[in-house]
Amino acid sequence: MANTPDYSWPPMDARKIIGKSPKRIDGPVKAAGRARYTSDLKFKDMLYAFYLTCPYAHARVTSIDTSAAEKTNGVKAVHVIAEAGKELQWQGQEVAAVAATTEEVAHEAIRKIKVEYEVLPHFVNEADLAKAGSRGKAAGEKVTGDPEKAFHDAEAVSDGTYGIPVVTHCCLEPHGCVIQWQGDQVAAWPSTQFVTGWAGTLAPNLKVPAANIKVKMDYIGGGFGSKFSPGAWAEIGARLSQKADGKPVKIFLDRTTELLIAGNRPSAYGKIKIAGKKDGTITAWQSDTWASGGFAGGGQPPLPYVYTNIPNTRLNHTSVSVNAGPSQAWRAPNNQQASFLTCSAIEDFAAKIGMDPMVVFDKNAGYTPRAEQYRYQLQKAAELSEWSKLWKPRGSQTGAVRRGLGLAVNAWAGAGHACTARITINPDGSVLLEMGTQDLGTGTRTIMTQVAAETLGLQMGQIKLAIGDNSLPPGGSSGGSTTVGGSSSATRKAGINALAKLFEAAAPALGAQPEDLEAVDGTVRVKADPKKTMTWLSACKKIGPGGKISETGANEQRNPMGLNSGGAAGVQVADVSVDTETGMVKINRYVAVQDCGLIINPRLATSQIYGAVIMGISTALYEERIMDDATGHMMNPDMEFYKLAGIKDIGDIVVHLDIREINDKRGVIGLGEPPAIGICAAVGNAVANAIGVRVPNIPMSPMHVLNTLEGRNA
Amino acid sequence: MGIGTGALGAGLLEREAEAAPAAANVVGPGPVPITLNINGKPVNLTVEPSVTLLDALRNHLDYTGAKKVCDRGTCGACTVILAGKSVYSCSVLAIDAQGRNIETIEGLPVNNPISNAFVNHDAQQCGYCTPGFVMATKGFLAEHPSPTMDDVKNGLGGNLCRCGTYMGVRQAVLEAAKNMKGAKNG
Repeated sequence: MANTPDYSWPPMDARKIIGKSPKRIDGPVKAAGRARYTSDLKFKDMLYAFYLTCPYAHARVTSIDTSAAEKTNGVKAVHVIAEAGKELQWQGQEVAAVAATTEEVAHEAIRKIKVEYEVLPHFVNEADLAKAGSRGKAAGEKVTGDPEKAFHDAEAVSDGTYGIPVVTHCCLEPHGCVIQWQGDQVAAWPSTQFVTGWAGTLAPNLKVPAANIKVKMDYIGGGFGSKFSPGAWAEIGARLSQKADGKPVKIFLDRTTELLIAGNRPSAYGKIKIAGKKDGTITAWQSDTWASGGFAGGGQPPLPYVYTNIPNTRLNHTSVSVNAGPSQAWRAPNNQQASFLTCSAIEDFAAKIGMDPMVVFDKNAGYTPRAEQYRYQLQKAAELSEWSKLWKPRGSQTGAVRRGLGLAVNAWAGAGHACTARITINPDGSVLLEMGTQDLGTGTRTIMTQVAAETLGLQMGQIKLAIGDNSLPPGGSSGGSTTVGGSSSATRKAGINALAKLFEAAAPALGAQPEDLEAVDGTVRVKADPKKTMTWLSACKKIGPGGKISETGANEQRNPMGLNSGGAAGVQVADVSVDTETGMVKINRYVAVQDCGLIINPRLATSQIYGAVIMGISTALYEERIMDDATGHMMNPDMEFYKLAGIKDIGDIVVHLDIREINDKRGVIGLGEPPAIGICAAVGNAVANAIGVRVPNIPMSPMHVLNTLEGRNA
Repeated sequence: MGIGTGALGAGLLEREAEAAPAAANVVGPGPVPITLNINGKPVNLTVEPSVTLLDALRNHLDYTGAKKVCDRGTCGACTVILAGKSVYSCSVLAIDAQGRNIETIEGLPVNNPISNAFVNHDAQQCGYCTPGFVMATKGFLAEHPSPTMDDVKNGLGGNLCRCGTYMGVRQAVLEAAKNMKGAKNG
């Protein structure tokens, strides 16, 4: 067909499955413990591999002797990663790996490897920039407008110091894979956010053609941005497999190593000044920030965040290298830091001039790229949090337990990634939907099935779905909240394309032209004369025995055809109580107003926002990678002292999905990241509002709160 | 942070340690044959005495519903029910679990009131923590058949989720309690 088919979404009121809330289709198998994650796999003759890692923050290997490990009964392969002379830059860096018939033997053999190190000086804490010395690298100053004049002319200037620490992804399923390398063929079962791209990244390291690397993954136990690449462990696992005559090797990080090296969110610290008028108008911004994401340093968060058009700004940033594990993308990279630094500083400016921050955020909304959207959301968030009733000016509270409210904003692009779906319709009426994508727990399986069923006029149960295999049509990487937009749009297009072929087969029997047909409620019928109808099965039989229709549809990032877009905004309010005697911060209620586009499944979209907020509350109250200056060690590489929020710790969460026709017309917009951005900012602001003084550093732990209350901030 | 089944598991371990006769029971250090009663069936295997119940289930057998996450009695992903009590299977030695019934999630049918409630309330995302939550819920409801929301928040405090599914879990546990009224064993 020469003309581009109409791929557009059905109108809101005509949708039968999209926009409804079917339960996630892989729910039963997961909730009954039958879902097989990669870390659950077991194959015949499979070996278990583990690492020996560096116990020092900075050291050079002077000798390594693996002979005793190699002689251990049950050990099938030993691989040295750090030969003598190799300099290691963080605790947990890989030194050697062992593959053995059982976990127990592998651990025993690792204990028998003898390594001697020359211990070298380390630097592990970036919080105090004055101590960084040569480890800090300044980026050039960036100036817009005339900040000097603006600060000079200002009616009010606020300033503050803020810090948001390194946190680790702490995926419950650690990083790793099962991998088998035989001759020039590699079979791999990774735990990855990018099934389609995994082989291409690993291939050059093994010097095996990507076409020879088969990748399969059914379920993944968390990624949050840290599981895109195969990681060093895939290559090491493959080499162990090769050394062990091609036996499959399962290599997963143990919990300590997972927290040390598998990824983290970089820190960000800053001294920030805001100038403005007494009516709340901000006129200038100045920030001196620094950050670290490990030995490679840490980039500058996008400042000022959301309020990007503040006319006069001066920005300086220093990237600090520390001897600690490397960062990975973390659910909205750099945005949490930026939101925290910006929203904290705006709250402090509001307090300085004695204004309600809700008014100040609103008054300056003209500096944001979506003024109307933010104003609408601020109002909605104020309403849902009972702001006008519960908010009190900073410092006006007395008593041991003080309540406070704080707010934060978020923004995220999140347009659909490039990917291709294939829909096959068989003469027996069965339908197969395929894509080499992955379901991180976001509900990709469910939403793809919804879209296919809606498009073909079928029930979800009539669609068989295959994902998680790199022999399928290419999926994208599940990052940037782009999966829902991409996979839904590609599925829609594949469905429309497949239907066009089916209509060609069925049209003669209905005495109509193919373009006059529609597929509705399990029938194929003439649009203008619905009495001329045949069942789905009868229509499919017209394909003819032995035939089948197999059509693809691709989402193109640059031309999403209105099916998806990016640019979601959000406003959140934290309502907390702070016990000024113990320093404990309790979340009473957390309100998340989230701008969205077309919502395919409100149940799953709401779960995404709950999840984002809960993860955020966990980082706002508990999480911090604690580094010891003296030893260079991470003090809490476990789940007892690296604390995650539990079921009791999160208060009540109120989600407002902004489902309106005006937003629906924007197409599908990903939701995984934007609602995860502002929680540290909102909670920090609420604490400041409650106790009357800024606690500079996240997390809002008893120690940080009490230090501030008792004047012990450095 | 709440403390739930962790404390329970530790308590069981202590009582076991006190009750165990000393020298006569020395086994190992090499692999020894043991018998585990899993979901009502005796299963024979050979493991080193240092192998945890979790590793025995996952690696030496093929019960992979219980997950190895923290491996130190903190997160609850490995929760199973041992002699009627929730325990962290990472914190029980396989040899010590002999002679008592071990209930794993594989012993529940796919359609059971607890798992169904988790599905109904979307109390899972990646799902890695979910089997542990389901078994912890089973153990919790056996002792608290009519819990309040506060009971749920305290009783399930020994399980951690990274995707942030607690809002759904709270509702799921309450619904499971309601649906299991009158039923004996979920």
